[in-house]
Amino acid sequence: MLLADALLEPFRYPFMVEAMLAGAAIAAVCAVLSCYLVLKGWSLMGDAISHAVLPGLVLAAVFGLPLALGAFLSGLFCAVSAGFIKAHSRIKEDTVLGVVFTGLFAFGLVLFTKLQVDIHLDKVLFGNILGLLPGDLHATLITSAGVLVVVVALRRDLLLFCFDPAQARVIGLRTGLLYYLLLSLLAVTIVVALKAVGILLVVAMLVTPGCVGFLSTARFGKMLCVAVGCAVGSTLLGIYVSFFLNASPAACIVLVQVLVFFAAMGLRKKRGLSPKTRFPALAQILNAK
Amino acid sequence: MTKAARPSAEPLPPAAANGSTASAAGAGTLLDLSVEDITVCYPNGHEALRDTSFRLEGGTICALVGVNGSGKSTLFRAIMGFVRPASGRVRIAGRSVQSALKANLIAYVPQSEEVDWSFPVSVWDVVLMGRYGYMNFLRIPRARDREIAEESLRRVGMLEFRERQIGELSGGQKKRVFLARALAQRSRVILLDEPFTGVDVQTETAIIGLLRELCAAGHLILVSTHNLGAVPEFCDSVVLVNRTVLAAGPTAEVFTQDNLVRAFGGVLRHFKFDESTVQKHDEKAVTLLTDDERPLVFGKGGHLEYSHRAGKENVIAERAEEEGDR
Repeated sequence: MLLADALLEPFRYPFMVEAMLAGAAIAAVCAVLSCYLVLKGWSLMGDAISHAVLPGLVLAAVFGLPLALGAFLSGLFCAVSAGFIKAHSRIKEDTVLGVVFTGLFAFGLVLFTKLQVDIHLDKVLFGNILGLLPGDLHATLITSAGVLVVVVALRRDLLLFCFDPAQARVIGLRTGLLYYLLLSLLAVTIVVALKAVGILLVVAMLVTPGCVGFLSTARFGKMLCVAVGCAVGSTLLGIYVSFFLNASPAACIVLVQVLVFFAAMGLRKKRGLSPKTRFPALAQILNAK
Repeated sequence: MTKAARPSAEPLPPAAANGSTASAAGAGTLLDLSVEDITVCYPNGHEALRDTSFRLEGGTICALVGVNGSGKSTLFRAIMGFVRPASGRVRIAGRSVQSALKANLIAYVPQSEEVDWSFPVSVWDVVLMGRYGYMNFLRIPRARDREIAEESLRRVGMLEFRERQIGELSGGQKKRVFLARALAQRSRVILLDEPFTGVDVQTETAIIGLLRELCAAGHLILVSTHNLGAVPEFCDSVVLVNRTVLAAGPTAEVFTQDNLVRAFGGVLRHFKFDESTVQKHDEKAVTLLTDDERPLVFGKGGHLEYSHRAGKENVIAERAEEEGDR
């Protein structure tokens, strides 16, 4: 009886329940997007956009604009300017992104120290899911639902865009539009997820679930389900555990996800879903030895 | 004929104005692809193609031949509207590229290297992607789409593999899946990029057979290849490119030694019989093997032949003696 009381204790606090609700919503959206990012090879893009939101946050605070708007625009600016530089030079995209996002992040830090705005840097960097403001939960749920609806409705177009952009164009899809749509959805998601896990760890939410899904199955539909399940489960468990450990919920969420990732790697070996079965030619060579 | 005539004031075909039903749009018109004086520059300033022109009609299998970096893929990209020419234009059945794409007039079979084979999609998923242009914005396949996808897979002999993840296929099977996708798209212009690399001989024969069928049905097929030996086998016309069109027209006229040397410069490998160890007694019993690199030549009786006589005098003497003994 005592044990049960102790285990259920986190659920007695409204801030815990709210954190779990918001966390689950954020995790679900991030997981769905992560499947596309992992397949498209855009893992660094998540990292880049999340860092690049900092100057936007500070400037929005200075001009009294909604912080989310500033963050969104600044994140998008990073992706678009990196794309522009890449198209007009011989440098590879990941290299350009590395230069641009660190530059924007550094610019944000300088702005922050010079402009004396009412933002807590540690909350921006590490998230603050236990301290959601009254409107935050609603905003998070609504935005997450919006992004989810768009992605699910266009999931086949987005998948084709990631898999074979040439085919997407040949059948008349507007790939330019899809590119900016995916970037915008990513930027919106990151802005929402900042509350939960902060700038530094949001990339984990945007990569790990997709990786787990990719390792677990060879079908995209199943990959989406596994990713969402893994992300929501890890987030709930992470927040729950953080209550007892008295540790940062963001760090706990990410740690649980990483554990799930290694478990998926292990399981994959056990089930024989190794590269050998994926590539029969390789198996033949290995078996012959 | 070196450069095909440019249709400058060609009247717009009647069906070009109605883009409603895709399959009907191309059917009534004379299918033609005309590349009109295009120059393509990339944003980094590299000029990939200059003043390039040629014209092809339906019922043709045309080879696009040139060295690496000659602008073959840029030409493909221009025909598919991925790059906008700095000057000149591409017209397909009298329409702009964008309108031709909307009408599902163009299908594309990518190079195997361009595809991520670990992607979590099945053979069936890939073939259905050829039907997206006919589906509503949610891309939910209807019975007709399934029928056509199934028929396309059957036509390339891959129906039984429909549930396989695409990485679990052999090189030839992979190629056939993407060919099935192009078939499912029901496009009248089909572009194939290096269709024979990494493909077994049976698949190559099957692909050539299929292309001939499509050609007989009035499709326009453009094959980018550096497999020179395959070209006279199945292509009835050739466009030779090296930063521009060097020659275009029927294979017999264009695929000449002079033109090929012009297109390839010093890149081509030669095996001149009069300089080689092949002798009179070999007559027509010479076998030529090649994997698209230097050819390997066997004389009569399966003797290995060398491309130059110098230093191989003993070989020549030995063979001559053998032949004399008989």
